[in-house]
Amino acid sequence: MSGTQPVGILGGFLYDPANGVDGAVRDIWIKDGRVAAPEEVDREHARIIDARGMNVFPGGVDLHAHIAGAKVNHGRKLCPEDHADHKRNRAEGGRSGAGFTVPTTFMTGCMYAELGYTTVMEAACAPLVARHTHEELEDMPLLDKGILVTLGNNEFLFDCIARGETERARDFIAWTLQAARGYGIKVVNPGGVENWKSQRGNAHHWDQEIAGFGLTPRRVLDTLIGAADELGLPHGVHLHGLNLGTPQSAEQTLESIRFAQGRLHLTHLQFMSYGDDGKGRFRSRTEELAEAVNANSNVTFDVGQIVFGPATTMTSDGPFQYNLGCMTGHKWFGGDEENETGGGIVPLRYSRKNRINALQWVTGLELFLLAEDPWRVALTTDHPNAGPFFCYPQVIRLLMDRDYRAEILETLPASVRKRSLLKDIDREYTLGEIAIITRAAPARILGLSRKGHLGVGADGDVAVYHPDDDGARTPRCRSVVPCRRALDLPRWVLKGGRVVVEAGRFTGETGDAGTTFHVTPDYDPSVEKPLRNHFKRYYSVAFDNYPVQDAYLGSGESVPCR
Amino acid sequence: MKEINNAVCTFCGCLCDDIAVVLGDDGGVRVKGACTNGKGHIEGYDAAPVSPMVRGEPVSWDQALDEAAAILGDAESPLIYGLSSTASEAQRRCVALADRIGAAIDTTSSVCHGPTGIAMQNFGEPTCSLGEVLNRADLLLFWGCNPAVAHTRHFTRYSLMPRGRFTPRGRKDRRMILADVRRTPSANAADRFLQVEQGSDYEVLGALRALVQGKRVRADSVGGVPLEELGALAEELGSCRYGAAFFGMGLTMTSGRDLNIGQYFSLVRDLNAHTRFSVVALRGHGNVAGADAVMTWQTGYPFAVSLAGGVPTYGPGEFTAVDMLSRREADAALVVASDPGAHFPAGAVRGLEGIPRVVMDPVVSLTAQDATVYLPTAQYGVDAEGTYYRMDGVPIRTRAFRERLRPTDEEVFDGVLERLHGGRVESTTPIEEVQR
Ligand code: SF4
Repeated sequence: MSGTQPVGILGGFLYDPANGVDGAVRDIWIKDGRVAAPEEVDREHARIIDARGMNVFPGGVDLHAHIAGAKVNHGRKLCPEDHADHKRNRAEGGRSGAGFTVPTTFMTGCMYAELGYTTVMEAACAPLVARHTHEELEDMPLLDKGILVTLGNNEFLFDCIARGETERARDFIAWTLQAARGYGIKVVNPGGVENWKSQRGNAHHWDQEIAGFGLTPRRVLDTLIGAADELGLPHGVHLHGLNLGTPQSAEQTLESIRFAQGRLHLTHLQFMSYGDDGKGRFRSRTEELAEAVNANSNVTFDVGQIVFGPATTMTSDGPFQYNLGCMTGHKWFGGDEENETGGGIVPLRYSRKNRINALQWVTGLELFLLAEDPWRVALTTDHPNAGPFFCYPQVIRLLMDRDYRAEILETLPASVRKRSLLKDIDREYTLGEIAIITRAAPARILGLSRKGHLGVGADGDVAVYHPDDDGARTPRCRSVVPCRRALDLPRWVLKGGRVVVEAGRFTGETGDAGTTFHVTPDYDPSVEKPLRNHFKRYYSVAFDNYPVQDAYLGSGESVPCR
Repeated sequence: MKEINNAVCTFCGCLCDDIAVVLGDDGGVRVKGACTNGKGHIEGYDAAPVSPMVRGEPVSWDQALDEAAAILGDAESPLIYGLSSTASEAQRRCVALADRIGAAIDTTSSVCHGPTGIAMQNFGEPTCSLGEVLNRADLLLFWGCNPAVAHTRHFTRYSLMPRGRFTPRGRKDRRMILADVRRTPSANAADRFLQVEQGSDYEVLGALRALVQGKRVRADSVGGVPLEELGALAEELGSCRYGAAFFGMGLTMTSGRDLNIGQYFSLVRDLNAHTRFSVVALRGHGNVAGADAVMTWQTGYPFAVSLAGGVPTYGPGEFTAVDMLSRREADAALVVASDPGAHFPAGAVRGLEGIPRVVMDPVVSLTAQDATVYLPTAQYGVDAEGTYYRMDGVPIRTRAFRERLRPTDEEVFDGVLERLHGGRVESTTPIEEVQR
């Protein structure tokens, strides 16, 4: 990044909550790809961006999206009908692409940048196929990224925990993160996926037995949370818990908050917030969940907000995806990964008229609006599970504009509307709070110190929006009610100090492929002996061929553990 | 003498990564642990540098790349075909080239498991990695395939023989069923052989599905199989603990094609109402699964893609190589590590012969013999490292154990791309170095 022309972004209203700036007029100078003090910059040779009257934000940070790897790619392949009307012409600069809910790699990078986002975390990857994810990330320009590694159904880990070998378990977790070149620990339906694979079962509560292992999901989660803290990982355990999308989910989520002894990030909490109204019908339990989250400072969450329209569900939650396939009758892709995890894909469409979908939409917004501390909240749609990432501007508008919210709420089934808390919530997010939940908070939750803010030394990732451009982009969705959008169409986006978007459009200058963040926690190498034996007995690849080689890291950066 | 362990055989979709290679002091290579196919593939490759050829004349690499770039750059309707026996690093650059010149790009999938991809798009696909089969499967169903010959080590490494976590006794813990139109050598390994009348797979699978769903079938036999036998089979399939279904070109390339696979995938889905069951396609070439994957992440579609309009357009039957060549719709061709001259129907071969063609291949295939430009490249898994995707999508990095004296496919693509951008091959130094 060195050698690029210095840049000054002058006179804009700066939203940099991490540095306590909330809309004050400030200049930003960038040198060698990083934010620099004004006196360090050779201003005569700098490119000057006149940002007067504009809102200046750090580049967006998405801490949970499915953008690359085996599962995502099966999602692309599964739905050619999804791509038909959504293509990117190579004449627009860079590479051509296709895909609506699951765009191709080059297109994903460009579309994120065109929203003002510059950092994205791939939300779930089995270490066995991590090499694939890294290959796709290399083909995804304009973004810095990392991968969360699925560890909640790992059989070697299960064996260690069952034998009471907590330290060995921790060494193994560190070894796996390094082998996969991963960034953090992802847990998906711990034990439930194993039970699905071995018995066509699931895990419905934290004390259910994981068949054949003499173990419970509770012990697995406990061990992982403890390990993340002991290894000093920059990001705590990233949990997709039990009973996703069912009326039994809220109970187990509340229980996990109760027993978690360390950092816990509850991902796509919207899907995990449901109870039963006593008559067997779905009801949302946002009030209790918000209360529990508010009271526990070790807990953070992202929402997974529903966006009405098409989506592609893809998770490592094998039994959930199978059940969803049966329920909808849609095509179902399932994928069991030896010793590690499972998963599936089902295309879906969220409809305003559908009572459950409407309730899900309401639930997500309630979670956003009932959470007291925006620093523990991140905006996501669990792309592409609850909706595609390029609908973030619509979600931002819903949070900032009570009237728009009311207008959409009016179109939902009366039974949902009447019983919602949402209709009585007046809160509107400020631009500063939006900067927190889309930039500063996700960066802090991930432990990425140079992201999500624009203090000296931060990465030169900046998005500059004109206030009047809000919603100006022709909606790319097929929304029935006109889609209103905020923080759409940035005038400029800079990635590492390089201008990559002008007037909302990719400039065609990709530069490098972006940095892949990963961690290298210490471990006792004696874990490799039993592991080698485990591979010999139960894996279909050789132990020596398993770890992802340096060749796949491009410009990788190891983020230090504490 | 030197021994390299855990080398990867790139010959077939099994991608065995437990091969040992012994390098003699005299430069000889001896392979241990591979099947005869793999042994021949590795030992038979001569890594010596070969001169590239233009119209039968040896030329420098520079001249050859100039000529290749001129042919592809000048073409109005170029076709790129092959990709399944090269590394994904090269495949990625190859699709970039197709995007750059607005080519139609198709892989060997279109003549083997293309219908499998289409069926997946219509019905989904419940699948698993081969290690799940090894650890869990107590029932194996093979349909329209002959792994004993085509995927020689499949039985021993992944499916029939190995001991796993829930199959501690190996073969004793498993049942194997084979369905095919004739008894192949694979039938000797099976506990039950189901002889299906030629062309009746779709009907037999349909009847099986009905029986698995608990419906009545009003026939004495279907596709030559007595109803009692089908009923017993349905019973057996539904009562295993974890079933694994495999299939090959006996289903994909016979009448019914993607409809056969749709039935097969649906049968496996239906079985998941009773037990756990997964299906894995027996992919032929070493990295044909990688070709599917790369095409999909870069264009959105697994094969048969045209980039002529500036955007990816999917068209099996339209942008598939056999169809484009038979209809004389391509005016230049780039053939990557495959041999359409030997395997395509006559009409398509004539279509190929009528246009300038650039051929990249470590060995002089029939297609390479009279290519307009022949570019002899290195062999991944012998003298080059790169990523190959196993038939179940598991990516493995191949090992290089011989000194590389030829450029890799990636370097050749880089050279062509730079020339198309008006540049020279500066970044591909090995090419000229290698030439000496
Ligand atoms: S089975 Fe296939 S991959 Fe394995 S050694 Fe034989 S040819 Fe090579």
